Amino acid sequence: MKQTNVIKVENLTKMFGDFTAVNAVSFEVKKGEIFGFLGANGAGKTTAMKMLIGISTPTSGDAQVAGFDVYKNPDDIKKNIGYMSQKFALYDDLTVKENITFFGGIYGLSRHQIKEKRCQLVEELGLQEVVNELVSSLPLGWKQKLAFSVALLHDPKIIFLDEPTGGVDPITRRQFWEMIYKTAHNGTTVFVTTHYMDEAEYCDRVSIMVDGKIEALDSPKKLKEHFNVASMNDVFLKLARG
Amino acid sequence: MSIKIEHISKSFKDVSALKDISFEVKEGELFGLIGPDGAGKTTLFRILTTLLIADEGMATVAGYDAIKNYKDIRNHVGYMPGRFSLYQDLTVEENLEFFATIFGTTVEENYDLIKDIYIQIEPFKKRRSGKLSGGMKQKLALSCALIHKPKVLFLDEPTTGVDPVSRKEFWEMLKRLQQKGITILVSTPYMDETALCDRIALIQDGKILEVDTPQEIINHYPKKIYNIKADKMYELILALNAYEHNHSIYPFGEYVHYTDKRGDFNPTELIQFLEGKGLKNISIQPTETTIEDTFMELAR
Repeated sequence: MKQTNVIKVENLTKMFGDFTAVNAVSFEVKKGEIFGFLGANGAGKTTAMKMLIGISTPTSGDAQVAGFDVYKNPDDIKKNIGYMSQKFALYDDLTVKENITFFGGIYGLSRHQIKEKRCQLVEELGLQEVVNELVSSLPLGWKQKLAFSVALLHDPKIIFLDEPTGGVDPITRRQFWEMIYKTAHNGTTVFVTTHYMDEAEYCDRVSIMVDGKIEALDSPKKLKEHFNVASMNDVFLKLARG
Repeated sequence: MSIKIEHISKSFKDVSALKDISFEVKEGELFGLIGPDGAGKTTLFRILTTLLIADEGMATVAGYDAIKNYKDIRNHVGYMPGRFSLYQDLTVEENLEFFATIFGTTVEENYDLIKDIYIQIEPFKKRRSGKLSGGMKQKLALSCALIHKPKVLFLDEPTTGVDPVSRKEFWEMLKRLQQKGITILVSTPYMDETALCDRIALIQDGKILEVDTPQEIINHYPKKIYNIKADKMYELILALNAYEHNHSIYPFGEYVHYTDKRGDFNPTELIQFLEGKGLKNISIQPTETTIEDTFMELAR
């Protein structure tokens, strides 16, 4: 594995019975890259992502994530990545402070480190007023920004974001992407799925899955050139409609 | 008027979900309610479908008062909630027959209305609805909401979490339903889905920001927008944030949409400023306004 590739996937396959959800996909993701992982509903994105974060064992093929093998060291993968999804991110019935402390503890940070990280995070996100409020009382956009920061508490090498901005208002959605840019700028790799095609344009490279296979993988610019269309939305429509 | 909403307010404990909302939907209109999660879209839908009573204001649907004639409204509207709410243990066919029966009709009687949609899931009619894929569930839910030939159809975020291909197909389906004379009120958080609506209402934090045709809403935008591009996106955003004359800076795909505080904005000056910040391959071009630009300007 080259030093600069933090994800390396070769012929990764997952079958459920005789259904092939992920069909021999291969790709690499570089350090500090923003990698967009797109596909229609049911194309196999979630299944592929579950294998990469070490919670689902592949049927065949190889994958190295953050330097660890998905078969041999799934627990080391979990320690070295962050994960955030729209569906599950934070505990609604814990306060902002309690969530940070809880996740800091899970990731094995010391009390001192947790306190330091918490102060820094609360300051950066401007959450001083609501630090002792229940997370359930926060607007969705704040929750998502907090969840993102919490997933980065342990300085992971890679952060996986599963539709992080679904339903979020357009201003907050852009603030969220500024956080993504900053994270990538600081050297953390960002692996992100989205249904917003304008967000696909923000990625350094984008892969598009169709029926379990990766049908396209390149920078948004090159994909648009290749398919001779003006936007990523058109690239997506062309590919996914077959 | 097919739907009339006058000064509707609704609070849950100390959260004010809707604040003095008023607008009208004309008969046969495809009307979009556009706003993010938490804007109050679902609360308004529940009031209009008589599942919730407003604290203040009044509403009529298909000519019926939402309080006094709530039973008439229920007979004349179709409602597809955001969350899948069919019977998961009944098959596709059984769900459809169930909804037809409780509305005192039969599947055969109104089959022409749902044919286009139902035909796509008919091969799976013996499958329990809980075992369907997301896209198929959506088609079944729409068929069930239509089977009694409603005058008004309420669709609460039918395309949330749905990929762009299926979203496009769904909107094409709505356009065909509209041609059959059904008034449609549809909500969505996707700003780009407004193009097929006759008129839209932009909603945020329980308040209506604007109601008009998509084109008029775009025309009302007060500023000239420029597409700015450079070799490094993150550095470009930081640099623009540091530029004292900026009015708004929003990433839009491969560009940043930029507006300037001044009336006589000079791109050359900004290019020099950005070059001074170490950026390369800078381009600044005037661009078209989108609904999303307008929404963000109004929501500031």
